[in-house]
Amino acid sequence: MIPALEIENLSKVYDNNFEALKGIRLRVEPGDFFALLGPNGAGKSTTIGIICSLVAKSAGKISVFGVDIDKDFPAAKRHIGIVPQEFNFNQFEKGLDIVINQAGYYGLSPGLARERAEKYLRELGLWEQRDIPARMLSGGMKRRLMIARSLVHEPQLLILDEPSAGVDIEMRRSMWDFLRRINAQGTTIILTTHYLEEAEALCRHIAIINHGKIVENTSMKELLRQLDREVFILDCVEKLPDNTHIDEFVTRRVDDHTLEVEVQKGQNLNAVFAALGLAGINISSMRNRANRLEEMFVNLVEGAA
Amino acid sequence: MNLREQYVAFMTIFRKEIKRYLRIWTQTLLPSAITMSLYFVIFGTLIGSRIGEMGGFSYMEFVVPGLIMMAIVTNSYSNVVSSFFGSKFSGSVEELLVSPVSNFVILMGYVVGGVSRGLLVAVVVTLVSLFFTDLSIHSYLIVVIVVLMTSTLFALAGFINAVYANSFDDISIIPTFVLTPLIYLGGVFYSMDMLPEFWANVSKLNPLVYVVNAFRYGVLGVSDVSLPVAFGMIVIFTTLAFAYSMHLLNSGKRLRQ
Ligand SMILES: Nc1ncnc2c1ncn2[C@@H]1O[C@H](COP(=O)(O)OP(=O)(O)O)[C@@H](O)[C@H]1O
Ligand SMILES: [Mg+2]
Repeated sequence: MIPALEIENLSKVYDNNFEALKGIRLRVEPGDFFALLGPNGAGKSTTIGIICSLVAKSAGKISVFGVDIDKDFPAAKRHIGIVPQEFNFNQFEKGLDIVINQAGYYGLSPGLARERAEKYLRELGLWEQRDIPARMLSGGMKRRLMIARSLVHEPQLLILDEPSAGVDIEMRRSMWDFLRRINAQGTTIILTTHYLEEAEALCRHIAIINHGKIVENTSMKELLRQLDREVFILDCVEKLPDNTHIDEFVTRRVDDHTLEVEVQKGQNLNAVFAALGLAGINISSMRNRANRLEEMFVNLVEGAA
Repeated sequence: MNLREQYVAFMTIFRKEIKRYLRIWTQTLLPSAITMSLYFVIFGTLIGSRIGEMGGFSYMEFVVPGLIMMAIVTNSYSNVVSSFFGSKFSGSVEELLVSPVSNFVILMGYVVGGVSRGLLVAVVVTLVSLFFTDLSIHSYLIVVIVVLMTSTLFALAGFINAVYANSFDDISIIPTFVLTPLIYLGGVFYSMDMLPEFWANVSKLNPLVYVVNAFRYGVLGVSDVSLPVAFGMIVIFTTLAFAYSMHLLNSGKRLRQ
């Protein structure tokens, strides 16, 4: 299947020689709801900026639904709807005009432009506010206005850069419901966030970016499983049999006297001791191995604070 | 994008530009009408009556074409420079950059928007001038061509200014320190014959000299420079400004990071 987005070896060095992206690889399948999670400064907006042509890449290759942006950027752009992190509309224009004009830039005839603008402003609860200058809208409304604007040409791929920034909780829920709905109707969605909870609530796949590198790329389920898991290292007095096995636990025999045991949340360590005791193996000491992901999250959260 | 879509995109930008300057007409249309009325009163009527003839015409007749040109130049320039810089400043230029619309269409949308304001103000100022003098047009064809080319040239210049500008200061520095002196020294108020040879030669580098004189020829039938030379120079300046604007857009300089 042709991926909705394929990024290969993408790198970006800004004019001040800062290397914001260091060879990123990503693949997002059509229909997916994908999170790009990372702390401030990780390179999320840079990545998004390159995909939608606001930032020039230094190297790498990007295809959107099979269209290489170096070969036919206008065609690729038709597939993309973008909701940027910062408000980027003319604050003095009315919401309706902003959305209709955007349709015009994609070549939609005035009649169709108006029809689509009405459709999406209504769906996002902004129709009553259509004639108000954008600067008078609340933060959440401005964000939704940008969502309406991004959808007016009905792109197959919707990209939202930190959509929850400055949106209160209630609004956030209804925005999430809206995004789930259009995803269910077939629009591929990528969003960036620095909240795991947001990614968890919405997304099926996730990539974690930090210091311009993808450090994890997996399904949401797998990520949560890893986060809920602890690995203990047991030092054993007796030699471990070659085929050491403990029911319901994932174990790894490191050497003759060392065993690693994965313990999922809800599992009981006593069962491990009991099983080993039954095999005549005594444990002299135990420590838990640092959870790479968890450590990373602590860092991410500290980095974001 | 096919041709029809490009046309829709162009009309969208163009219409947005018109809406913008009509919405803020007290800042965009009114000032020129007032300033030019003052010029007509002071230079045309009060001082002009003492100056007597210039180039074989009354001073008022002589100065009116130059003043109309001045309004066209400043308005087409400042429309594009403020609108395009404004869209850079608010970030809304990104609306265009993320869409498939071509750079040529973006440029044309803004330029034709600026031209339209230049023309509108020209009409207003011309109507005002009728209170002060009778205007008979020597050649409508030349008038129309010169007006269109001039407003295009200065709309392009405004675009280049906007691309380079980083602050609101930057969009007033050039008009104040470059454009206005060029206009004043471009023969709006005097005939080139009055200048010492050296300064007359220096003036030949000033595009405003060709613009003002070509237009004056269109209205009065007299000019300090030869008409083909004037046209040639305007075409050259316009071509350069167009090529440079397209280069700025294509390279993404100062628009894309
Ligand atoms: N125009 C720029 N010039 C230089 N450095 C930049 C520029 N834009 C962003 N950066 C730097 O690149 C890094 C990544 O930024 P960004 O992609 O905005 O991160 P994120 O969206 O993940 O918070 C940051 O360290 C930021 O300071
Ligand atoms: Mg960002």
